[in-house]
Amino acid sequence: MSDIKADRIIDCRGLNCPLPILKTKKAIDAMNSGEILKMVSTDPGSKSDITAWTNRTGNELLEAGQDGDEYTYYIRKK
Amino acid sequence: MSNTEKKSMALIASKGTLDWAYPPFVLASTAAAMEMDVAIFFTFYGLTLLKKNIAAKVAPHANPAMPIKMPFGPKGFQNINWPIPNLLMGNIPGFETMATSLMKQTFRKKGVAAIEELREICLESGVRLIGCQMTMDVFGFTPDDFIEGVELGGAATFLEFATESDIQLFI
Repeated sequence: MSDIKADRIIDCRGLNCPLPILKTKKAIDAMNSGEILKMVSTDPGSKSDITAWTNRTGNELLEAGQDGDEYTYYIRKK
Repeated sequence: MSNTEKKSMALIASKGTLDWAYPPFVLASTAAAMEMDVAIFFTFYGLTLLKKNIAAKVAPHANPAMPIKMPFGPKGFQNINWPIPNLLMGNIPGFETMATSLMKQTFRKKGVAAIEELREICLESGVRLIGCQMTMDVFGFTPDDFIEGVELGGAATFLEFATESDIQLFI
């Protein structure tokens, strides 16, 4: 469990590439600068993809965690 | 390290089968999500991907690397690659329809978006979808055959964008 408080949570479990990224982008677009998005995914590729996406877009990956088959990401909107 | 300088990508989509329909739409929607400017030029059989109803199928013929897998049953069963000779797959009437249906079901089960969904996201996120005017004339399509938001143009239209792009791919 992370102690980061998310302003918004999206559930991308069961979705495969590229949907977790597309849904993350859509969610971030609807948020305000500085707010934090929590994204949960079961896609093992999301680890690499979320890192690449945040590097490219300038949003900040605060934390990436894994619990069994689930991956959790906290992203702060730029 | 983050490098957020604006980038762009130019794709040519030249194939109209279901398996080949995925790469351009997956890459374009993702590139748009990565805040890149994207244009796809749809030419020859790729042009059919802009039709209102996408009828793309997988073509087992001359596609020996295509795994044939079942979208139902226990995981071990689903992972079996059925050893059906390509000569049969390509020639049995109805095999193409069956293989297409199996592939679509497998994709849906694995949480892969449908082509129509990815195409919609591309349009929403500002990807330019450019239909090849020459192909349209050759195959007898009219603008009414295509979804809304499609531009029409020729090689020069694509090249103007491609010369300014960081990535150019022919698919």
